[in-house]
Amino acid sequence: MDSSQAVPSGAPDDRPAVPAQRSDQDAYLRVRDLRVRFDTSDGVVRAVDGVSFAVERGRTLGIVGESGSGKSVTSLAILGLHDPRRTTITGEISVEGQQLVGLPDEEVRRLRGRNMAMIFQDPLSALHPYYTVGRQIAEAYRVHHPKANRREARQRAVDMLDRVGIPQPARRFDQYPHEFSGGMRQRAMIAMSLVNDPALLIADEPTTALDVTVQAQILDLLADLQAEFHSAIILITHDLGVVGQVADDVLVMYGGRAVERGSVEQVLRSPQHPYTWGLLSSVPSLHGDADADLLPIPGNPPSLINLPSGCAFHPRCRYADRVGSRSRSEVPELRPAGVDGDAGADGHLVACHLSVEERTAFYTEDVASVGVAR
Amino acid sequence: MARFLLKRLFSATLTLFAVSVLTFLMFFALPRDPVSSICSKNCNPERLERVRDDLGLNDPLISQYAGYMKGIVTGRDLGSAQGGRCDAPCLGWSYVTNEAVSDTIARVLPVTLSIVIPAAILWLLLGVGLGMISALRRGTWLDRAAIGFSLTGASLQLYFVGAVLLMVFVYNLRLLPVPSYTSLFENPAKWASGLVLAWVALAFLFSAIYARLSRAQMLETLSEDFVRTARAKGLAKPTVYGRHALRAAITPVVTIAGLDVGGALGGTVITETTFGIQGLGRTAVDAVRSGDLPTIMATVLIAAVFVVLANVLVDLLYAAIDPRVRLR
Repeated sequence: MDSSQAVPSGAPDDRPAVPAQRSDQDAYLRVRDLRVRFDTSDGVVRAVDGVSFAVERGRTLGIVGESGSGKSVTSLAILGLHDPRRTTITGEISVEGQQLVGLPDEEVRRLRGRNMAMIFQDPLSALHPYYTVGRQIAEAYRVHHPKANRREARQRAVDMLDRVGIPQPARRFDQYPHEFSGGMRQRAMIAMSLVNDPALLIADEPTTALDVTVQAQILDLLADLQAEFHSAIILITHDLGVVGQVADDVLVMYGGRAVERGSVEQVLRSPQHPYTWGLLSSVPSLHGDADADLLPIPGNPPSLINLPSGCAFHPRCRYADRVGSRSRSEVPELRPAGVDGDAGADGHLVACHLSVEERTAFYTEDVASVGVAR
Repeated sequence: MARFLLKRLFSATLTLFAVSVLTFLMFFALPRDPVSSICSKNCNPERLERVRDDLGLNDPLISQYAGYMKGIVTGRDLGSAQGGRCDAPCLGWSYVTNEAVSDTIARVLPVTLSIVIPAAILWLLLGVGLGMISALRRGTWLDRAAIGFSLTGASLQLYFVGAVLLMVFVYNLRLLPVPSYTSLFENPAKWASGLVLAWVALAFLFSAIYARLSRAQMLETLSEDFVRTARAKGLAKPTVYGRHALRAAITPVVTIAGLDVGGALGGTVITETTFGIQGLGRTAVDAVRSGDLPTIMATVLIAAVFVVLANVLVDLLYAAIDPRVRLR
């Protein structure tokens, strides 16, 4: 592939320029130009508007953004969990080479929980309060292993509870979610999602509802399990610190679109989008200067029904004036950021009207000097 | 679980005790003298006094109450004027009907049970079923039809629905006999054909509330995270809705059902009157009209027993459905 080109040769001409990531073709999950729309009484919500990415087995993609950026909608679309009567999904979602968009729900259902599984934010509400934890895990196993009897499913569930580090798993099997602590509950949730050895695991804010001390344990556990099962992981979070800990690649979303994408080193070391700068400077650093100012992003996330014209971020962007009216009239394409030497080959992409030189200058002057990244 | 059950039964017993005391006091607080209703107008003061003595009305209140309760538990001797020996559960003697109150109750209670229990099964199945369907088919014509049905049911009165049913099925189409009560054990077919209109009328009116309640509950539950988890596991829709969503949505329905069934067992006055069937409800109303105090007291007590038992049952069902309740 000619790395200096903005439009890779594989992409059809009528599609917006969306460069593919390395080894795109072998990736376990490939998402291309995904668009998710909801019809509501207030209008059409464009929750995801042309997002592309790929995740290989053994790698972790962090999807970052504020609430309403479309990151959770993306993950639910991959699992096919939207109400088909009110949702329109277009684009390509392929898992193991199989295109899921447009597939009958019954066939997607067979993949859910077996090939791809999900961990939710709040394990207390995500587990059924009236069934024992073990029964819920065994149920997930039996639905995809119809020949397994009750005893085998129980044994499998106990093994999984043991594997995710729950002490006395055989006793814990018969307890209810409310008898578990928050961290143990999320471990049980992870056990449930991994009970069928899925190759793709989507974790939607898996540590947000947990104590800080437990968060690191859960992230470690996910990394361990990934090494063991060689699974592809999508980690959805608003916390760039979490991404830095466990992700290999990062996708930053804003207003349903991808605004920056690259490896974790690229995006965290030399972030290119002003929105990413904002996300980085909103996080207090443990390693940096404790007195460093935080630079919160002004304003609120945009309405997905009535997205700002042009660059959706322009009303909150300090540099919108630098590109004149283009910020309001033209949607910036996601294209090679042009930093770090060989532009494009590194796969560092950004959707911003500013030139590389401008971005580098603004970042060095305004962000790196005050924020955490210094 | 055993401890939970014991606790609930203990508090139920306390409630029943309180109800019996209140009813007993009410019995005497009523502006009606039980004695004057027993011996008719040509009562001289001496005779009044004798009857009063016979009835034990000159004894202190507490010993009267103790006697009444003893009669319920072990039976007692009421004296020759009131039919002599009265076996447990003795509820006293009615001078209006000239029989032991327990005999009256034994005759009319099966009637009310035969009306209410099948009707309750019908209205629960119909109501919860409709609610489920309209929640799962939200916004479709099926949903609107179910809402329309339940709105109609909620707006109508039993005597109207009953009269229409009687007119159509009994008098015009002649598909059913005039409603009457036959013992289930004597002739099940006749039992059912004599009561089916009462069941349908009650079920139509009650299921309306249940359809709306379970629809709302189901919609709320369907948006719960654990339902999404169930789907994310790859469970088929019937399992997701039946095993995961319904179990969580049904709890408030159980509460209302307990209160409704318990209340209805205490007497379905309007139903019994509309269909001309003598059950507990009509017996209670008749007793009030004729000032038949022992019968009034007995029907009130029985209604209270049903309500209290229904509540205990609801508690037990709650604990069976929701494991978190057992801890309390």
